[in-house]
Amino acid sequence: MTAPANPAPHGADAETIWVEHVAWFDRVPRAVAMAFVFAVFIGLWELVTLLGLVSPIILPTPLETLKDVILVGRNLIGGEYMLAALWTTLRAVAYGFALAVAIGFSLGVLVGETAFGERAIMPYLVAIDTMPKVAFAPIFIAWLGFDIESKVALAAFIATFPIVVGTAAGLHSADANARMLFKTMGATRWQTLVKMKLPTGLPQIFTGLKIAAVGVMAGAITGEFLGGGRGFGELIRIASTQLNTPRVFSLIIYLSLVGMLLFGIVVWMQRHFVFWHKDRVVGGEV
Amino acid sequence: MSSVAALASVPTQSAEIVYQLSGIGKTYARNATHALQGIDLTLRKGSFSSVIGSSGCGKSTLLKIMAGLVPPSTGRVVLQGRPVTGPRRDIGMMFQQATLFPWRTTIENIVLPIEIRDGKKAALAAHDPARALLELVGLKGFDKAYPGELSGGMAQRAAICRMLITEPAVLLLDEPFSALDELTRDFMNMELQRICASRDATAFLVTHSIPEAVILSDVVYVMKPRPGRIAEEVVIDLPRPRTLEMITTPKFGALVERIRNRLDKEAFI
Repeated sequence: MTAPANPAPHGADAETIWVEHVAWFDRVPRAVAMAFVFAVFIGLWELVTLLGLVSPIILPTPLETLKDVILVGRNLIGGEYMLAALWTTLRAVAYGFALAVAIGFSLGVLVGETAFGERAIMPYLVAIDTMPKVAFAPIFIAWLGFDIESKVALAAFIATFPIVVGTAAGLHSADANARMLFKTMGATRWQTLVKMKLPTGLPQIFTGLKIAAVGVMAGAITGEFLGGGRGFGELIRIASTQLNTPRVFSLIIYLSLVGMLLFGIVVWMQRHFVFWHKDRVVGGEV
Repeated sequence: MSSVAALASVPTQSAEIVYQLSGIGKTYARNATHALQGIDLTLRKGSFSSVIGSSGCGKSTLLKIMAGLVPPSTGRVVLQGRPVTGPRRDIGMMFQQATLFPWRTTIENIVLPIEIRDGKKAALAAHDPARALLELVGLKGFDKAYPGELSGGMAQRAAICRMLITEPAVLLLDEPFSALDELTRDFMNMELQRICASRDATAFLVTHSIPEAVILSDVVYVMKPRPGRIAEEVVIDLPRPRTLEMITTPKFGALVERIRNRLDKEAFI
Protein backbone atom coordinates (compact mmCIF):
# COMPACT_ATOMS: atom_id res chain seq x y z
CA MET A 1 0.00 0.00 0.00
CA THR A 2 1.39 3.40 -0.95
CA ALA A 3 1.42 6.24 1.54
CA PRO A 4 -1.27 8.84 0.95
CA ALA A 5 0.05 11.81 -1.00
CA ASN A 6 -1.23 14.26 1.55
CA PRO A 7 -1.52 12.57 4.94
CA ALA A 8 -4.11 14.11 7.21
CA PRO A 9 -2.80 15.94 10.27
CA HIS A 10 -2.37 13.93 13.53
CA GLY A 11 -2.46 10.69 11.50
CA ALA A 12 -6.26 10.74 11.43
CA ASP A 13 -6.47 8.90 8.10
CA ALA A 14 -8.08 5.60 7.13
CA GLU A 15 -5.31 3.61 8.77
CA THR A 16 -5.87 5.02 12.24
CA ILE A 17 -6.71 2.25 14.69
CA TRP A 18 -8.87 3.35 17.54
CA VAL A 19 -8.01 1.60 20.79
CA GLU A 20 -10.41 1.57 23.69
CA HIS A 21 -8.77 3.16 26.70
CA VAL A 22 -7.96 0.63 29.44
CA ALA A 23 -6.66 1.76 32.83
CA TRP A 24 -3.02 0.77 33.46
CA PHE A 25 -3.86 -1.48 36.44
CA ASP A 26 -6.25 -3.46 34.24
CA ARG A 27 -3.47 -4.05 31.73
CA VAL A 28 -0.78 -5.59 33.98
CA PRO A 29 -0.22 -9.34 33.42
CA ARG A 30 -2.31 -11.60 35.59
CA ALA A 31 0.67 -13.19 37.38
CA VAL A 32 2.02 -9.76 38.32
CA ALA A 33 -1.39 -8.62 39.57
CA MET A 34 -1.79 -11.78 41.66
CA ALA A 35 1.72 -11.45 43.10
CA PHE A 36 0.93 -7.85 44.02
CA VAL A 37 -2.21 -8.81 45.93
CA PHE A 38 -0.28 -11.58 47.70
CA ALA A 39 2.48 -9.16 48.67
CA VAL A 40 -0.03 -6.64 50.05
CA PHE A 41 -1.70 -9.41 52.06
CA ILE A 42 1.60 -10.62 53.55
CA GLY A 43 2.69 -7.02 54.16
CA LEU A 44 -0.48 -6.21 56.12
CA TRP A 45 -0.14 -9.45 58.06
CA GLU A 46 3.50 -8.63 58.90
CA LEU A 47 2.53 -5.09 59.91
CA VAL A 48 -0.23 -6.25 62.25
CA THR A 49 2.10 -8.69 64.03
CA LEU A 50 5.08 -6.31 64.03
CA LEU A 51 3.12 -3.54 65.72
CA GLY A 52 1.90 -6.05 68.30
CA LEU A 53 -1.75 -5.30 67.50
CA VAL A 54 -2.65 -8.97 67.94
CA SER A 55 -1.34 -11.52 70.43
CA PRO A 56 1.13 -14.02 68.82
CA ILE A 57 -1.07 -16.83 70.15
CA ILE A 58 -3.89 -15.62 67.98
CA LEU A 59 -1.88 -14.64 64.92
CA PRO A 60 1.71 -15.80 64.29
CA THR A 61 4.05 -13.80 62.06
CA PRO A 62 4.31 -14.77 58.39
CA LEU A 63 7.90 -15.95 58.98
CA GLU A 64 6.91 -18.23 61.89
CA THR A 65 4.20 -19.70 59.70
CA LEU A 66 6.59 -20.23 56.80
CA LYS A 67 9.09 -21.98 59.13
CA ASP A 68 6.37 -24.35 60.29
CA VAL A 69 5.20 -24.95 56.72
CA ILE A 70 8.76 -26.11 55.93
CA LEU A 71 8.85 -28.23 59.12
CA VAL A 72 5.57 -29.95 58.26
CA GLY A 73 6.73 -30.35 54.66
CA ARG A 74 9.90 -32.16 55.84
CA ASN A 75 7.83 -34.40 58.06
CA LEU A 76 5.55 -35.26 55.12
CA ILE A 77 8.42 -35.90 52.72
CA GLY A 78 10.25 -37.95 55.36
CA GLY A 79 7.22 -40.23 55.56
CA GLU A 80 6.73 -39.56 59.27
CA TYR A 81 3.51 -39.47 61.30
CA MET A 82 2.05 -36.50 59.43
CA LEU A 83 2.15 -38.39 56.14
CA ALA A 84 0.13 -41.17 57.76
CA ALA A 85 -2.33 -38.53 59.02
CA LEU A 86 -2.59 -36.96 55.57
CA TRP A 87 -3.18 -40.40 54.05
CA THR A 88 -5.96 -41.09 56.57
CA THR A 89 -7.70 -37.83 55.68
CA LEU A 90 -7.17 -38.39 51.96
CA ARG A 91 -8.84 -41.80 52.18
CA ALA A 92 -11.85 -40.34 53.98
CA VAL A 93 -12.08 -37.64 51.30
CA ALA A 94 -11.71 -40.10 48.41
CA TYR A 95 -14.23 -42.63 49.75
CA GLY A 96 -16.61 -39.84 50.71
CA PHE A 97 -16.41 -38.31 47.25
CA ALA A 98 -16.85 -41.66 45.48
CA LEU A 99 -19.87 -42.45 47.65
CA ALA A 100 -21.35 -38.99 47.04
CA VAL A 101 -20.91 -39.34 43.27
CA ALA A 102 -22.57 -42.77 43.21
CA ILE A 103 -25.53 -41.82 45.41
CA GLY A 104 -25.86 -38.26 44.12
CA PHE A 105 -25.83 -39.26 40.47
CA SER A 106 -28.35 -42.08 40.98
CA LEU A 107 -30.70 -39.87 42.97
CA GLY A 108 -30.21 -37.06 40.46
CA VAL A 109 -31.27 -39.28 37.56
CA LEU A 110 -34.25 -40.58 39.57
CA VAL A 111 -35.35 -37.06 40.45
CA GLY A 112 -34.52 -35.49 37.08
CA GLU A 113 -35.91 -38.20 34.83
CA THR A 114 -39.05 -39.49 36.56
CA ALA A 115 -42.12 -37.47 37.48
CA PHE A 116 -42.44 -39.63 40.61
CA GLY A 117 -38.92 -38.71 41.73
CA GLU A 118 -39.46 -35.04 41.04
CA ARG A 119 -42.79 -34.87 42.83
CA ALA A 120 -42.34 -37.36 45.68
CA ILE A 121 -38.59 -37.51 46.41
CA MET A 122 -37.26 -34.04 45.57
CA PRO A 123 -39.23 -32.24 48.32
CA TYR A 124 -37.61 -34.48 50.94
CA LEU A 125 -34.16 -33.94 49.46
CA VAL A 126 -34.69 -30.17 49.55
CA ALA A 127 -35.85 -30.44 53.17
CA ILE A 128 -32.75 -32.42 54.17
CA ASP A 129 -30.51 -30.10 52.17
CA THR A 130 -31.67 -27.10 54.19
CA MET A 131 -30.59 -28.77 57.45
CA PRO A 132 -27.13 -27.88 58.81
CA LYS A 133 -25.48 -31.14 57.78
CA VAL A 134 -22.50 -30.79 60.12
CA ALA A 135 -24.95 -31.17 63.00
CA PHE A 136 -25.39 -34.80 61.91
CA ALA A 137 -21.76 -35.57 62.87
CA PRO A 138 -22.55 -36.85 66.39
CA ILE A 139 -25.22 -39.14 64.93
CA PHE A 140 -22.81 -40.63 62.37
CA ILE A 141 -20.21 -41.11 65.13
CA ALA A 142 -22.78 -42.84 67.33
CA TRP A 143 -23.85 -45.09 64.45
CA LEU A 144 -20.49 -45.80 62.83
CA GLY A 145 -17.92 -45.27 65.57
CA PHE A 146 -14.71 -43.24 65.74
CA ASP A 147 -13.01 -44.87 62.76
CA ILE A 148 -12.91 -43.69 59.15
CA GLU A 149 -16.53 -44.75 58.46
CA SER A 150 -18.12 -41.86 60.32
CA LYS A 151 -15.87 -39.35 58.52
CA VAL A 152 -16.67 -40.88 55.13
CA ALA A 153 -20.37 -40.73 55.96
CA LEU A 154 -20.30 -37.06 56.94
CA ALA A 155 -18.16 -36.11 53.91
CA ALA A 156 -20.48 -38.01 51.55
CA PHE A 157 -23.57 -36.59 53.24
CA ILE A 158 -22.42 -33.03 52.59
CA ALA A 159 -21.20 -33.70 49.03
CA THR A 160 -24.23 -35.68 47.78
CA PHE A 161 -26.74 -32.84 47.48
CA PRO A 162 -24.89 -30.60 45.02
CA ILE A 163 -24.49 -33.62 42.74
CA VAL A 164 -28.21 -34.48 42.97
CA VAL A 165 -29.19 -30.91 42.16
CA GLY A 166 -26.62 -30.60 39.36
CA THR A 167 -27.68 -33.87 37.74
CA ALA A 168 -31.41 -33.11 37.96
CA ALA A 169 -30.92 -29.58 36.60
CA GLY A 170 -28.71 -30.96 33.84
CA LEU A 171 -31.34 -33.47 32.75
CA HIS A 172 -33.92 -30.68 32.62
CA SER A 173 -31.69 -28.45 30.51
CA ALA A 174 -32.37 -30.22 27.20
CA ASP A 175 -34.46 -27.88 25.05
CA ALA A 176 -37.83 -28.60 23.44
CA ASN A 177 -36.33 -28.95 19.94
CA ALA A 178 -33.93 -31.67 21.02
CA ARG A 179 -36.74 -33.58 22.77
CA MET A 180 -38.98 -33.26 19.70
CA LEU A 181 -36.16 -34.42 17.43
CA PHE A 182 -35.60 -37.54 19.52
CA LYS A 183 -39.34 -38.24 19.47
CA THR A 184 -39.49 -37.99 15.68
CA MET A 185 -36.56 -40.44 15.47
CA GLY A 186 -38.57 -42.90 17.54
CA ALA A 187 -35.98 -42.94 20.35
CA THR A 188 -36.69 -44.96 23.49
CA ARG A 189 -36.61 -43.27 26.89
CA TRP A 190 -33.25 -44.89 27.62
CA GLN A 191 -31.77 -43.66 24.32
CA THR A 192 -33.09 -40.16 24.96
CA LEU A 193 -31.49 -40.19 28.41
CA VAL A 194 -28.10 -41.59 27.40
CA LYS A 195 -27.63 -40.02 23.97
CA MET A 196 -29.21 -36.62 24.59
CA LYS A 197 -30.21 -35.60 28.12
CA LEU A 198 -27.09 -36.72 30.00
CA PRO A 199 -24.56 -35.23 27.54
CA THR A 200 -26.62 -32.02 27.41
CA GLY A 201 -26.58 -31.86 31.21
CA LEU A 202 -22.85 -32.54 31.69
CA PRO A 203 -21.96 -28.86 32.32
CA GLN A 204 -24.45 -28.68 35.20
CA ILE A 205 -23.39 -32.10 36.49
CA PHE A 206 -19.79 -30.88 36.64
CA THR A 207 -20.87 -27.71 38.43
CA GLY A 208 -22.40 -29.99 41.06
CA LEU A 209 -19.21 -32.07 41.23
CA LYS A 210 -17.10 -28.94 41.80
CA ILE A 211 -19.29 -27.80 44.69
CA ALA A 212 -19.17 -31.36 46.05
CA ALA A 213 -15.35 -31.45 45.82
CA VAL A 214 -15.20 -28.42 48.13
CA GLY A 215 -17.83 -29.78 50.51
CA VAL A 216 -16.29 -33.23 50.84
CA MET A 217 -13.10 -31.75 52.38
CA ALA A 218 -15.09 -29.77 54.91
CA GLY A 219 -17.06 -32.89 55.79
CA ALA A 220 -14.00 -35.08 56.34
CA ILE A 221 -12.20 -32.49 58.49
CA THR A 222 -15.30 -31.71 60.55
CA GLY A 223 -15.72 -35.45 61.12
CA GLU A 224 -12.15 -35.62 62.38
CA PHE A 225 -12.60 -32.62 64.69
CA LEU A 226 -15.62 -34.16 66.32
CA GLY A 227 -14.86 -37.85 66.03
CA GLY A 228 -11.11 -38.01 66.63
CA GLY A 229 -9.07 -40.52 64.67
CA ARG A 230 -5.62 -40.09 63.18
CA GLY A 231 -6.20 -37.64 60.35
CA PHE A 232 -5.20 -34.04 59.65
CA GLY A 233 -8.30 -32.77 61.46
CA GLU A 234 -7.05 -34.39 64.64
CA LEU A 235 -3.59 -32.80 64.15
CA ILE A 236 -5.23 -29.38 63.79
CA ARG A 237 -7.32 -29.97 66.92
CA ILE A 238 -4.24 -30.98 68.96
CA ALA A 239 -2.17 -28.03 67.67
CA SER A 240 -4.91 -25.58 68.57
CA THR A 241 -5.31 -26.96 72.11
CA GLN A 242 -1.52 -26.54 72.49
CA LEU A 243 -1.90 -22.92 71.28
CA ASN A 244 0.51 -23.85 68.45
CA THR A 245 -1.08 -21.41 66.00
CA PRO A 246 1.68 -21.55 63.34
CA ARG A 247 1.09 -25.30 63.15
CA VAL A 248 -2.67 -24.80 62.69
CA PHE A 249 -1.98 -22.37 59.86
CA SER A 250 0.52 -24.61 58.06
CA LEU A 251 -1.75 -27.67 58.36
CA ILE A 252 -4.58 -25.62 56.84
CA ILE A 253 -2.29 -24.60 53.98
CA TYR A 254 -1.50 -28.24 53.22
CA LEU A 255 -5.17 -29.17 53.43
CA SER A 256 -6.03 -26.42 50.98
CA LEU A 257 -3.46 -27.89 48.58
CA VAL A 258 -5.31 -31.21 48.80
CA GLY A 259 -8.60 -29.40 48.18
CA MET A 260 -7.18 -27.62 45.16
CA LEU A 261 -5.85 -30.92 43.81
CA LEU A 262 -9.31 -32.54 44.03
CA PHE A 263 -10.95 -29.47 42.49
CA GLY A 264 -8.29 -29.44 39.77
CA ILE A 265 -8.98 -33.08 38.90
CA VAL A 266 -12.70 -32.30 38.49
CA VAL A 267 -11.92 -29.24 36.33
CA TRP A 268 -9.55 -31.30 34.19
CA MET A 269 -12.22 -33.96 33.69
CA GLN A 270 -14.74 -31.28 32.76
CA ARG A 271 -12.40 -29.84 30.11
CA HIS A 272 -11.89 -33.33 28.76
CA PHE A 273 -15.52 -34.48 28.68
CA VAL A 274 -17.33 -31.19 28.04
CA PHE A 275 -15.00 -29.88 25.34
CA TRP A 276 -17.95 -28.34 23.49
CA HIS A 277 -19.20 -26.20 26.39
CA LYS A 278 -20.40 -22.69 25.61
CA ASP A 279 -21.66 -23.94 22.22
CA ARG A 280 -24.58 -25.88 23.68
CA VAL A 281 -26.94 -27.14 21.01
CA VAL A 282 -25.97 -25.42 17.79
CA GLY A 283 -28.23 -23.69 15.31
CA GLY A 284 -29.81 -20.27 15.47
CA GLU A 285 -29.45 -18.45 18.76
CA VAL A 286 -30.17 -21.32 21.14
CA MET B 1 -30.04 -30.56 -14.12
CA SER B 2 -32.03 -33.24 -15.90
CA SER B 3 -34.01 -34.04 -12.77
CA VAL B 4 -34.84 -30.36 -12.37
CA ALA B 5 -36.04 -30.23 -15.95
CA ALA B 6 -38.24 -33.25 -15.32
CA LEU B 7 -39.95 -31.27 -12.58
CA ALA B 8 -40.45 -28.22 -14.76
CA SER B 9 -44.19 -28.72 -14.69
CA VAL B 10 -46.40 -28.97 -11.64
CA PRO B 11 -46.85 -32.64 -10.64
CA THR B 12 -50.12 -33.70 -12.22
CA GLN B 13 -53.03 -35.59 -10.78
CA SER B 14 -51.43 -38.70 -12.21
CA ALA B 15 -48.47 -38.73 -9.78
CA GLU B 16 -48.88 -41.33 -7.06
CA ILE B 17 -50.33 -40.24 -3.71
CA VAL B 18 -47.71 -40.32 -0.95
CA TYR B 19 -49.50 -38.77 1.99
CA GLN B 20 -53.22 -38.43 2.55
CA LEU B 21 -55.10 -36.73 5.37
CA SER B 22 -58.88 -36.98 5.42
CA GLY B 23 -61.26 -35.32 7.84
CA ILE B 24 -58.56 -34.55 10.40
CA GLY B 25 -59.84 -32.91 13.56
CA LYS B 26 -58.14 -32.27 16.88
CA THR B 27 -59.97 -31.36 20.06
CA TYR B 28 -58.25 -30.67 23.34
CA ALA B 29 -60.56 -31.94 26.08
CA ARG B 30 -58.68 -29.87 28.67
CA ASN B 31 -60.23 -26.57 27.54
CA ALA B 32 -62.66 -27.94 24.94
CA THR B 33 -60.93 -26.13 22.06
CA HIS B 34 -61.11 -27.24 18.46
CA ALA B 35 -57.52 -26.91 17.30
CA LEU B 36 -58.27 -28.46 13.90
CA GLN B 37 -61.44 -29.31 12.00
CA GLY B 38 -62.04 -31.17 8.75
CA ILE B 39 -58.57 -30.97 7.25
CA ASP B 40 -58.19 -32.79 3.92
CA LEU B 41 -54.75 -32.87 2.33
CA THR B 42 -53.20 -34.93 -0.44
CA LEU B 43 -49.47 -34.88 -1.10
CA ARG B 44 -48.41 -36.39 -4.42
CA LYS B 45 -44.98 -37.77 -5.23
CA GLY B 46 -42.49 -34.98 -6.01
CA SER B 47 -44.83 -32.15 -5.02
CA PHE B 48 -44.05 -29.26 -2.72
CA SER B 49 -46.94 -28.01 -0.56
CA SER B 50 -47.00 -25.25 2.03
CA VAL B 51 -49.38 -24.28 4.75
CA ILE B 52 -49.53 -20.67 5.83
CA GLY B 53 -51.48 -19.03 8.60
CA SER B 54 -51.25 -16.75 11.59
CA SER B 55 -49.92 -17.94 14.94
CA GLY B 56 -52.42 -20.18 16.69
CA CYS B 57 -54.20 -21.31 13.51
CA GLY B 58 -53.27 -24.91 14.34
CA LYS B 59 -50.53 -25.44 11.76
CA SER B 60 -48.02 -26.77 14.28
CA THR B 61 -50.66 -29.16 15.62
CA LEU B 62 -51.26 -30.29 12.04
CA LEU B 63 -47.54 -30.88 11.54
CA LYS B 64 -47.29 -32.86 14.79
CA ILE B 65 -50.18 -35.06 13.67
CA MET B 66 -48.50 -35.58 10.30
CA ALA B 67 -45.23 -36.50 12.06
CA GLY B 68 -47.02 -39.07 14.20
CA LEU B 69 -46.18 -37.21 17.41
CA VAL B 70 -49.81 -36.46 18.31
CA PRO B 71 -52.86 -38.60 17.47
CA PRO B 72 -55.76 -36.82 15.73
CA SER B 73 -59.17 -36.81 17.43
CA THR B 74 -60.93 -37.63 14.18
CA GLY B 75 -59.96 -38.58 10.64
CA ARG B 76 -57.40 -40.75 8.89
CA VAL B 77 -53.68 -40.18 8.31
CA VAL B 78 -52.20 -42.47 5.68
CA LEU B 79 -48.58 -42.43 4.50
CA GLN B 80 -47.60 -44.80 1.69
CA GLY B 81 -50.72 -46.86 2.22
CA ARG B 82 -50.17 -47.40 5.95
CA PRO B 83 -51.91 -45.42 8.71
CA VAL B 84 -49.58 -43.22 10.76
CA THR B 85 -49.80 -44.27 14.41
CA GLY B 86 -46.47 -42.95 15.69
CA PRO B 87 -43.05 -41.65 14.58
CA ARG B 88 -41.84 -43.45 11.45
CA ARG B 89 -38.55 -43.64 9.63
CA ASP B 90 -40.20 -42.74 6.31
CA ILE B 91 -41.09 -39.34 7.81
CA GLY B 92 -38.25 -36.79 7.72
CA MET B 93 -38.52 -33.66 9.81
CA MET B 94 -36.71 -30.37 10.11
CA PHE B 95 -37.18 -27.54 12.59
CA GLN B 96 -36.46 -23.85 12.93
CA GLN B 97 -33.34 -24.73 14.93
CA ALA B 98 -30.78 -27.10 13.44
CA THR B 99 -30.53 -28.89 16.82
CA LEU B 100 -27.15 -30.46 16.14
CA PHE B 101 -25.51 -31.92 19.22
CA PRO B 102 -22.17 -30.25 19.95
CA TRP B 103 -20.45 -33.39 21.28
CA ARG B 104 -20.95 -35.17 17.97
CA THR B 105 -19.12 -34.38 14.75
CA THR B 106 -21.26 -33.26 11.82
CA ILE B 107 -21.33 -36.74 10.30
CA GLU B 108 -22.17 -38.33 13.67
CA ASN B 109 -25.08 -35.91 13.93
CA ILE B 110 -26.27 -36.85 10.45
CA VAL B 111 -26.28 -40.61 11.10
CA LEU B 112 -27.99 -40.17 14.51
CA PRO B 113 -31.43 -41.29 13.20
CA ILE B 114 -29.82 -44.51 11.95
CA GLU B 115 -28.00 -44.99 15.25
CA ILE B 116 -31.26 -44.57 17.19
CA ARG B 117 -33.19 -47.04 15.02
CA ASP B 118 -30.59 -49.64 13.99
CA GLY B 119 -27.66 -49.22 16.38
CA LYS B 120 -24.05 -48.06 16.20
CA LYS B 121 -22.92 -50.58 13.57
CA ALA B 122 -25.59 -49.51 11.08
CA ALA B 123 -24.75 -45.86 11.81
CA LEU B 124 -21.11 -46.49 10.96
CA ALA B 125 -22.16 -48.18 7.73
CA ALA B 126 -24.21 -45.07 6.89
CA HIS B 127 -21.14 -42.82 6.87
CA ASP B 128 -20.68 -43.20 3.13
CA PRO B 129 -24.23 -42.16 2.16
CA ALA B 130 -23.92 -39.38 4.78
CA ARG B 131 -20.80 -38.06 3.02
CA ALA B 132 -22.67 -38.16 -0.30
CA LEU B 133 -25.46 -36.08 1.30
CA LEU B 134 -22.92 -33.60 2.65
CA GLU B 135 -21.67 -33.18 -0.89
CA LEU B 136 -25.25 -32.71 -2.14
CA VAL B 137 -25.86 -29.83 0.31
CA GLY B 138 -22.46 -28.25 -0.35
CA LEU B 139 -20.75 -29.25 2.90
CA LYS B 140 -18.14 -31.58 1.41
CA GLY B 141 -15.19 -32.01 3.75
CA PHE B 142 -17.07 -30.86 6.86
CA ASP B 143 -17.86 -34.41 8.06
CA LYS B 144 -15.40 -34.27 10.96
CA ALA B 145 -16.15 -30.66 11.93
CA TYR B 146 -18.00 -30.04 15.18
CA PRO B 147 -21.29 -28.08 14.98
CA GLY B 148 -19.65 -25.23 16.91
CA GLU B 149 -17.50 -24.62 13.84
CA LEU B 150 -20.50 -24.30 11.48
CA SER B 151 -22.43 -21.11 10.66
CA GLY B 152 -26.23 -21.02 11.06
CA GLY B 153 -26.80 -21.77 7.36
CA MET B 154 -24.25 -24.60 7.38
CA ALA B 155 -25.89 -26.08 10.48
CA GLN B 156 -29.26 -26.13 8.68
CA ARG B 157 -27.62 -27.81 5.68
CA ALA B 158 -26.35 -30.51 8.04
CA ALA B 159 -29.88 -30.78 9.47
CA ILE B 160 -31.14 -31.37 5.91
CA CYS B 161 -28.68 -34.27 5.61
CA ARG B 162 -29.88 -35.72 8.92
CA MET B 163 -33.46 -35.52 7.65
CA LEU B 164 -32.56 -37.24 4.37
CA ILE B 165 -30.32 -40.03 5.75
CA THR B 166 -33.24 -42.40 6.40
CA GLU B 167 -34.54 -41.78 2.85
CA PRO B 168 -37.96 -40.62 4.04
CA ALA B 169 -41.02 -40.64 1.78
CA VAL B 170 -42.15 -37.23 2.99
CA LEU B 171 -40.28 -34.19 4.31
CA LEU B 172 -42.00 -32.12 6.98
CA LEU B 173 -40.41 -28.68 7.25
CA ASP B 174 -41.30 -26.53 10.24
CA GLU B 175 -40.13 -23.01 9.32
CA PRO B 176 -36.71 -24.46 8.60
CA PHE B 177 -34.85 -21.24 7.74
CA SER B 178 -36.74 -18.63 9.76
CA ALA B 179 -33.91 -18.29 12.28
CA LEU B 180 -31.48 -17.31 9.51
CA ASP B 181 -30.92 -13.82 8.16
CA GLU B 182 -32.98 -12.93 5.10
CA LEU B 183 -30.20 -13.16 2.50
CA THR B 184 -29.15 -16.60 3.73
CA ARG B 185 -32.79 -17.61 3.90
CA ASP B 186 -33.46 -16.77 0.23
CA PHE B 187 -30.36 -18.64 -0.80
CA MET B 188 -31.22 -21.67 1.37
CA ASN B 189 -34.72 -21.79 -0.14
CA MET B 190 -33.21 -22.09 -3.62
CA GLU B 191 -30.88 -24.77 -2.28
CA LEU B 192 -33.87 -26.58 -0.79
CA GLN B 193 -35.61 -26.50 -4.18
CA ARG B 194 -32.51 -27.95 -5.84
CA ILE B 195 -32.13 -30.70 -3.21
CA CYS B 196 -35.83 -31.64 -3.34
CA ALA B 197 -35.76 -31.75 -7.15
CA SER B 198 -32.64 -33.91 -7.26
CA ARG B 199 -34.32 -36.50 -5.03
CA ASP B 200 -37.87 -36.11 -6.37
CA ALA B 201 -38.84 -35.42 -2.75
CA THR B 202 -42.37 -34.89 -1.48
CA ALA B 203 -42.25 -31.89 0.85
CA PHE B 204 -44.64 -30.12 3.20
CA LEU B 205 -43.64 -26.73 4.55
CA VAL B 206 -45.07 -24.71 7.42
CA THR B 207 -44.18 -21.03 7.22
CA HIS B 208 -45.09 -17.48 8.18
CA SER B 209 -43.66 -16.01 5.01
CA ILE B 210 -45.96 -15.67 2.00
CA PRO B 211 -43.14 -15.08 -0.55
CA GLU B 212 -41.29 -18.13 0.79
CA ALA B 213 -44.41 -20.28 0.42
CA VAL B 214 -45.06 -19.01 -3.12
CA ILE B 215 -41.49 -19.35 -4.43
CA LEU B 216 -41.17 -22.96 -3.19
CA SER B 217 -44.62 -24.48 -3.59
CA ASP B 218 -46.84 -26.13 -6.16
CA VAL B 219 -49.79 -25.46 -3.88
CA VAL B 220 -50.26 -23.22 -0.83
CA TYR B 221 -52.92 -23.97 1.78
CA VAL B 222 -54.17 -20.92 3.66
CA MET B 223 -55.37 -21.78 7.16
CA LYS B 224 -58.01 -20.05 9.26
CA PRO B 225 -57.99 -20.22 13.07
CA ARG B 226 -60.62 -21.20 15.65
CA PRO B 227 -61.08 -23.94 14.64
CA GLY B 228 -58.03 -24.46 12.45
CA ARG B 229 -59.17 -25.31 8.92
CA ILE B 230 -58.08 -24.81 5.36
CA ALA B 231 -59.66 -21.64 3.93
CA GLU B 232 -58.21 -21.79 0.48
CA GLU B 233 -56.02 -23.88 -1.74
CA VAL B 234 -53.88 -21.68 -4.00
CA VAL B 235 -52.19 -23.44 -6.92
CA ILE B 236 -48.85 -21.82 -7.78
CA ASP B 237 -48.44 -22.27 -11.54
CA LEU B 238 -45.10 -20.50 -11.87
CA PRO B 239 -42.66 -22.46 -14.06
CA ARG B 240 -39.90 -24.57 -12.52
CA PRO B 241 -37.13 -24.27 -11.63
CA ARG B 242 -38.06 -21.17 -9.67
CA THR B 243 -35.55 -18.33 -9.36
CA LEU B 244 -35.28 -15.41 -6.98
CA GLU B 245 -35.82 -13.08 -9.96
CA MET B 246 -39.42 -14.34 -10.20
CA ILE B 247 -40.19 -12.47 -6.97
CA THR B 248 -40.36 -9.20 -8.94
CA THR B 249 -42.74 -10.51 -11.64
CA PRO B 250 -46.40 -9.35 -11.70
CA LYS B 251 -47.64 -12.92 -11.53
CA PHE B 252 -45.69 -13.58 -8.33
CA GLY B 253 -47.04 -10.33 -6.88
CA ALA B 254 -50.61 -11.30 -7.76
CA LEU B 255 -50.26 -14.68 -6.03
CA VAL B 256 -48.78 -13.09 -2.90
CA GLU B 257 -51.58 -10.52 -2.93
CA ARG B 258 -54.25 -13.18 -3.22
CA ILE B 259 -52.88 -15.13 -0.23
CA ARG B 260 -52.37 -11.97 1.83
CA ASN B 261 -55.97 -10.86 1.26
CA ARG B 262 -57.26 -14.22 2.33
CA LEU B 263 -55.15 -14.06 5.53
CA ASP B 264 -56.09 -10.46 6.31
CA LYS B 265 -59.78 -11.17 6.21
CA GLU B 266 -59.71 -14.12 8.57
CA ALA B 267 -56.67 -14.32 10.71
CA PHE B 268 -55.93 -11.21 12.68
CA ILE B 269 -59.19 -10.56 14.44
